[in-house]
Amino acid sequence: MALRGHAPIQGGNGLSGRRRIDIYALTWRLPIILWQLLFFVGPVIFMIVISFYVVKNYRMTEAFEFVNWQRMLTRGFFWDSYWYTLFIASISATVAMCLAFPAAWTLAFRASEAQRRWAVFLLIIPFFTSYLVRTFSWYVILAESGVLNAVLGYIGLGPFRMLNSHFGTIVGYLTLTLPLAVILQTVTMANIDKTLVEAARNLGCKPLATIWRVVLPLSKTGFIVAALFCFILAFGDFVAPFYLGGSQEPTLPILILDTTKSGQQWPRAAVVAIMMMLTLFTVAFAAIALAYRKPKGAKT
Amino acid sequence: MTDTHKTKAKHMLRRDVLRIGGGVVLSAPFVSRAWAQTTEINMLAWYGHGEPDIVGAFEEANNVKFVPKYYAGGDNMLALIAQSPPGTYDVILSDAEFVQQLNLAGYIEELDANDYPFDDMLHEDFTKFPGHWDGDTLFSMMVRCGHLGVSYNTTAMSAEEASSYNGFWKPELEGKVGHFDWHLPNLGMMSLLNGNGAGLWDLSDDQWAAVQEKTMSLRPQAGGFFDYGGTFNGLKNGEMLAMCGIGDWITGALERDGAPVASVIPAEGGIQWTESYCIGKGTDKADIVKSFIQYMLSPEGQVKSAQMLAYPGFAITKAGRALLQEVDPAEANRSHQIDGMENEPIALINEGRIHYRDIPQQQTLEDWNDFWSEYKNA
Repeated sequence: MALRGHAPIQGGNGLSGRRRIDIYALTWRLPIILWQLLFFVGPVIFMIVISFYVVKNYRMTEAFEFVNWQRMLTRGFFWDSYWYTLFIASISATVAMCLAFPAAWTLAFRASEAQRRWAVFLLIIPFFTSYLVRTFSWYVILAESGVLNAVLGYIGLGPFRMLNSHFGTIVGYLTLTLPLAVILQTVTMANIDKTLVEAARNLGCKPLATIWRVVLPLSKTGFIVAALFCFILAFGDFVAPFYLGGSQEPTLPILILDTTKSGQQWPRAAVVAIMMMLTLFTVAFAAIALAYRKPKGAKT
Repeated sequence: MTDTHKTKAKHMLRRDVLRIGGGVVLSAPFVSRAWAQTTEINMLAWYGHGEPDIVGAFEEANNVKFVPKYYAGGDNMLALIAQSPPGTYDVILSDAEFVQQLNLAGYIEELDANDYPFDDMLHEDFTKFPGHWDGDTLFSMMVRCGHLGVSYNTTAMSAEEASSYNGFWKPELEGKVGHFDWHLPNLGMMSLLNGNGAGLWDLSDDQWAAVQEKTMSLRPQAGGFFDYGGTFNGLKNGEMLAMCGIGDWITGALERDGAPVASVIPAEGGIQWTESYCIGKGTDKADIVKSFIQYMLSPEGQVKSAQMLAYPGFAITKAGRALLQEVDPAEANRSHQIDGMENEPIALINEGRIHYRDIPQQQTLEDWNDFWSEYKNA
């Protein structure tokens, strides 16, 4: 006899048991499904629809015309912004992953459990303050008359132009992504079976080779997800390229702002936004496929 | 004995709670009534207009509270209004060239011209400002203005070099010329440099192509594209040594803090920005908003406007200017708002060196914006 409220363990009415489990599962799934429908799927559909609207006298008018798509996708400045955004977001993600690795490796393999907890806590602290405030604080450090150039001046270097440049933009992106990259890499490597690393060393594998042939393959999924997060955050970020990069060159988020500022061209801004989403979906699916791809010859 | 004390303490505590709680409950209607009496006025304006230095005295005197929503650029303002239901904004500060668009779209109420001091204006143009009237019906009331020209760091550029827009091409300024990130004033200046004078907004295809070519030649000098805060910081920390698209409205605020910056109207002419107040369509607070506009046009309001912390502007009434000279001669002197002074704003208008900011006449705003995006990407 099955316990009341539980699916029968053996025999009995299997259908009714499954139905009960489905309702239970659905109850927990429903909020997130509703949330996604209301705040993701709905707005995306709305955005796609308005990309076909036209603007007349500063007002959006319902229509089904391809003029916005045609206008944006045939403009050189759109593609310049597109490739630049793709490029600088990729560079930023790569730099974040490289800079994060030594810290994450130390935390995962050298630090004690308590030290690791404190380090993760300290890495989370920057997120307690506004990203905009953190970005503005770089002005004091990166300006030509700022702290960094003053220090470099003591050893006879500089001054270097760091604000309103690609360097400034990447610094801004790293402000956003680096702590996250360290945390994700740390968690990934901390879960590696340490005996495998020790076995590699005992069998004569050198430290760098151990990282390359043991640690990285075992961390592949986590590292790809971390890099993907860094890329997504940088690709959609407006603050760093605008305030630290001086809008030169403008990224796609800046282009969206410029487009809406002038003549209230929300439909054209929607075109840019849809192109961004398509790009992010493509990159995300490719990254996930790569992350979970089984090595050749692996047993399924 | 101890128990007795404890019991007493408990009793007192209970009594205290009842006393304080009762007081709160009894006073709640008065508190809520006092709150209810404070009228909230929703304002759509450039940054600074809803700050205490401008509206504080009016709020106190009239028991109102301004709730500002700030924008940067007339297009941005139109976008914000268009996204909001009618009646969202009680008072709208508009750049003059966009008033006509506001009116056409039905976003603003009619005003009664008799409510405002038209007989006290410093210049005749201010009484019938383009776009503010539809026939004999007034829709917007001009409250302040300012001039755009060459803004520069006085340690990097001489006054003589700044007396022409060509100063932006000075080799030593490579990568140090900033742009206020709005196509209208920047391209307007390039149009003036190309000799288009009063027709700076009314460009034929050839003239428009020439403006684009001239602007593109400035790209190697450009060090960045900034909003208000970025422009302010760029000039203040010396990252930018000259700035295109602005004027005393930004350098004036920095100058007052002792920064070595200035703005001049170059030989090719300058552009006037003009700000005007409108009453939002559908508001139920039109009377108090009218009083506020009257206050801003009073001598006291005009002085506050000229001294505005966010960005200074010229007084436009004679009484306002007179009071400014009386209460703040330093600011009147700094901003040349004294009759007979060199670069006195009204004299510059009379000399034909100032052109009112407008929107492109033969191209669309999108055309100008598209080019601006191309320029930024170049």
